Amino acid sequence: MIRVQREDFDVAAETASIVGSDHGIGAVVTFIGLVRDISGGESISNMTLEHYPGMTEKMLERIESEAMSRWPLSASLIVHRYGHLEPGDGIVLVITASPHREAAFEASEFLVDWLKTKAPFWKRETTPAGAKWVAARDSDDAAAARWTGEI
Amino acid sequence: MKVLYFAWVRSQIGLSEETVDLPDDVSTVSELLDWLRGRGPRHAEALHDTSVVRVAVNEEYASLDAPVAAGDEVALFPPVTGG
Repeated sequence: MIRVQREDFDVAAETASIVGSDHGIGAVVTFIGLVRDISGGESISNMTLEHYPGMTEKMLERIESEAMSRWPLSASLIVHRYGHLEPGDGIVLVITASPHREAAFEASEFLVDWLKTKAPFWKRETTPAGAKWVAARDSDDAAAARWTGEI
Repeated sequence: MKVLYFAWVRSQIGLSEETVDLPDDVSTVSELLDWLRGRGPRHAEALHDTSVVRVAVNEEYASLDAPVAAGDEVALFPPVTGG
């Protein structure tokens, strides 16, 4: 399941909802991406996340179904926020659930690596010198390239 | 054709979207970018370096040689930075 929303997410509630009554699940991995108060040596007072409604949901759904086809996942969830965010706020929540931990760990990394390089979101950070668009990082491309294939 | 702009491409051009009448000789993404640059100095500046502009045609990533047609929705934006 995927969701794109302005509101914050409740990790415990989302996890309980994903696991439900499936007692074949033996491992749940939760990844939470947070807004940091420093970036490239500059302090960040807040951030705005822009996205492309429609394409964002399409890409997240495709990334999630790719993970489901690569690993034996019992369930998964991607929640990505947009709009105004402050340091400490959650940006993205990725939950993967599987009978055993290996699949849940690997799928979690895969989902985060791919969504960072494929889902159409853009961060604009406010620093003491003014607001600026965040540049894409080569290290994110390298992380995504660990997983072969395209979507 | 509907053309959408996001992030700094949007702020440099000063528009989030526009509807354009495509000339007959524009049939690829690359030709569309050339034509859009001719719409004004802000378009020309924002779109001058195609290595930092990503393209989606009908919500799918597209390369410079991909075809475009009048009914398409084309989005132009920088490399993504979510997550």
